[in-house]
Amino acid sequence: MTHNATLSKHPIARLSYWVKNPWLASTALIAAIVSLPIFAVFWLALFPKDNIWPHLLETVLPDYLANTAMLMLGTGALSLCIGVGCAWLVTMYRFPGRRLFEWALLLPFAVPAYVIAYVYTDLLEYSGLLQSSLRSWFGWQTPHDYWFPPIRSMGGAIIMMSLVLYPYIYMLARAAFLEQPMALMWVSRNLGCSPLKTFFKVSLPIARPAIAVGLSLVLMETLNDFGTVDFFAVKTLTAGLYDTWLNMNNIGGASQIASLMLIVMVTLILLEQFSRRKQKLFQPKNQAQPLEQLPLSKGKALAATSVCAFPVILGFIIPVASLSHFAWLYFEQSWTSEFVTHAINSFSLSVAAAIATLVIGTLLAYSARLNSSGPVNAMVKISSLGYAMPGAVLAIGVIIPLAAFDNAVDSWFRQTFNVSTGLLLSGTLFALLFSYVVRFLAVSSGAIQSSLDKVTPSMDMAARSLGASNTRTLLKIHLPIISGSLLTAMLVVFVDCMKELPATLILRPFNFETLATYVYQYASDEQLETCALAALVIVLVGIGPVILLSKSIASTRQRQS
Amino acid sequence: MLSKLSAGKQRFLAGLSLSVSAIVSAPVFASNEVNVYSYRQPFLIQPIFNAFTRDTGIKVNVVFAKKGLTERLVREGRNSPADLVFTVDIGSLEEVVSANVVQSLNDPILEKNIPAQYRSPTGQWFGLTTRARAIFASKDRVKSGDITNYEDLADPKWKGKVCSRSGKHPYNLALIASMIAEHGDAYTEQWLTAVKTNLARKPQGNDREQVKAIKDGLCDVSLGNSYYYGAMLTDEEQFEWANAVNIIFPNQSNRGTHVNISGMSLTQSAPNKENAVRLMHFLTEDLAQRMYSEQNFEYPIKPGVQASGLVTSWGSYKADARPLSEIARFRPDAVKMVDRVGFDN
Repeated sequence: MTHNATLSKHPIARLSYWVKNPWLASTALIAAIVSLPIFAVFWLALFPKDNIWPHLLETVLPDYLANTAMLMLGTGALSLCIGVGCAWLVTMYRFPGRRLFEWALLLPFAVPAYVIAYVYTDLLEYSGLLQSSLRSWFGWQTPHDYWFPPIRSMGGAIIMMSLVLYPYIYMLARAAFLEQPMALMWVSRNLGCSPLKTFFKVSLPIARPAIAVGLSLVLMETLNDFGTVDFFAVKTLTAGLYDTWLNMNNIGGASQIASLMLIVMVTLILLEQFSRRKQKLFQPKNQAQPLEQLPLSKGKALAATSVCAFPVILGFIIPVASLSHFAWLYFEQSWTSEFVTHAINSFSLSVAAAIATLVIGTLLAYSARLNSSGPVNAMVKISSLGYAMPGAVLAIGVIIPLAAFDNAVDSWFRQTFNVSTGLLLSGTLFALLFSYVVRFLAVSSGAIQSSLDKVTPSMDMAARSLGASNTRTLLKIHLPIISGSLLTAMLVVFVDCMKELPATLILRPFNFETLATYVYQYASDEQLETCALAALVIVLVGIGPVILLSKSIASTRQRQS
Repeated sequence: MLSKLSAGKQRFLAGLSLSVSAIVSAPVFASNEVNVYSYRQPFLIQPIFNAFTRDTGIKVNVVFAKKGLTERLVREGRNSPADLVFTVDIGSLEEVVSANVVQSLNDPILEKNIPAQYRSPTGQWFGLTTRARAIFASKDRVKSGDITNYEDLADPKWKGKVCSRSGKHPYNLALIASMIAEHGDAYTEQWLTAVKTNLARKPQGNDREQVKAIKDGLCDVSLGNSYYYGAMLTDEEQFEWANAVNIIFPNQSNRGTHVNISGMSLTQSAPNKENAVRLMHFLTEDLAQRMYSEQNFEYPIKPGVQASGLVTSWGSYKADARPLSEIARFRPDAVKMVDRVGFDN
């Protein structure tokens, strides 16, 4: 507070304040740069071409809002049930297939939402395999002979999105369950609580911060998705946003909708944090007791196996089988000589983005730990909001500052040296990397922050009192403790980048294809069959990291014991 | 200039310019190429670009996206590397014009090759191919002559028998805009409301999806772009769908069938303007026009160029003669009308 008082008075004092706090200064700078695209969208929102709201309010807005709420509620609830339920089962009980499910439950994460939507529509629509078989078994002739739930519907969208998004919650919930102190559970059991009651009274509250992070990622992804809801003809706010932008030619109005969506998301996150403001749990220094899995009776074990098998079969095995079938049928159209190049592009870009996001995420999360309040902290929070914005809008937000920078440099060089530098950053791989960092920072910083939070402050104090600098404390104390979470964060971002589409399309350099953009040019015409091979490769490349991911989560317990 | 250099030197220069533009995407260095921002899927135009490169030695670089390229052009400003924008319909052509990122081009060759109604009066955009917004009708359940006009889709006899993609899709918006241009707001809104009540299901899927639904017996008539008929007829799996319908060119006894275009515009910055104009010429000449028709089943825009055999077999038709730039003016009204009618709900 004394700092602030000095700050406002003397510019020189302000400068020295920043210089003396290199952590603060660098965090502020990075957070500011990463927030630029988000602010650019806010800025666009100030200049709409027309006021879109009277027309929207009068016509479609109530429907859009209702559909958006319904979709978020449905996807959030279903993802929570699958994610938390399965994480609890595989962590706490012994049943056939448990070891397999530990990692297999993460597999659907590698499947892009638009792929699963496409595959299931193909299977479940009128002419699809399922309905055709039903017709031939029961002798039905026309669509009017029987009723079948339409796949292109709200229900369809909720189920499809939950199937590929629940892994966010699953992996964070599982990590939290693994880290819980066994002693607490014994106490609870000794006090006469049933395993179920222990779950609700002890384990769930402990895991809540992690689950909340997972849920917020699921909700952000649901809110910003366009491909899946468009495919299923579900009109959400995002549909209204693109309509305003592309059909009414009003990017300002579209940015207003995007900003509104962001505000809603932030409110939800803040409400959740506020509601557990008095809870705090630090990891005990050692957890000597290994986590003990309870055996299940035969019937219950069978039930547990089926519960865990369900999401894996629906979210992974069926889509992959279907893609493989398409890839086999259309192999000649699918296989092109550039195929390997696309795959290398996807892979190297995703690796680079994962590393960049990890480094920046760690830096920001650690600085937030050092300064738990103030403008820097707010900046860190804002910088991880990119995920709540539809990718294409965020891409425009990325173009604005980059092109402004390029053109300013160019103008200066033209004036001073009479030389044009052209565009230095726009339309380059840097622009793509930058957009990935902005978009997926939430994914990494959420995971990093929630595990940093669990490191007891006495560690910091001990290190500092022994004379270690902030940097040294981070490198020698925190990073080794949270290395499991760091790996998790990096792998999640990698898989997300492999699937990323809207920003890649808009920002990429000439003649640059990733597997996702290659798939898109066919998928956008609803012809996924012809590029099924590429879609399959996206999924298969994602499997490696997913298995590593599971290993890193599982090892948290072993390392600590 | 480059043609005087040896092939080896050319390759070296190309390599050099490529590596330079990889680091600094400054096309200033690259004189033997032309840069395209395309709203069209590259697999549809790549073969024609390849033919151009074979012919001229000019490399065509492409960025494809379905949205956002106009904003990218606006922000990149005078330093934008793009020379040309390719679009799939009149809406996106108007978008680049109103964003002020394209320049006028007065070019006698283009003006000769492209009929006036399919290019901007100011030379800011040029049509490349035309496609008719046709009606597809079940071969089994719809007799010939049962439906002959877009207006007929509102007839109560089609209740529960019409399938449609989203009313907000650019192709449908352009059709609705053409109806507004012809009949005015009030009539068109009545018409659209009546079509909505005739729908067999909530609007969904793409144009092919509607034809598949007719084959499955879910509905009897739908709207679709003509080239999809050709694409389905030549696809192993989709042949069955297309074979279940007839293609009908509506409004032959009055104003003619609504036609949309794929088109191109020269950008304001256009660093390789000379090459860009060469590509524009190439695309409107017989060879490329013929390729468009052979590969994508579109109609050549240049008068006198024969469409592909398959396309010709559907018969000739009369197109709505109203200039597209006039129809495009009613597009914003069409968007709001679709909302008011609740067509997509």
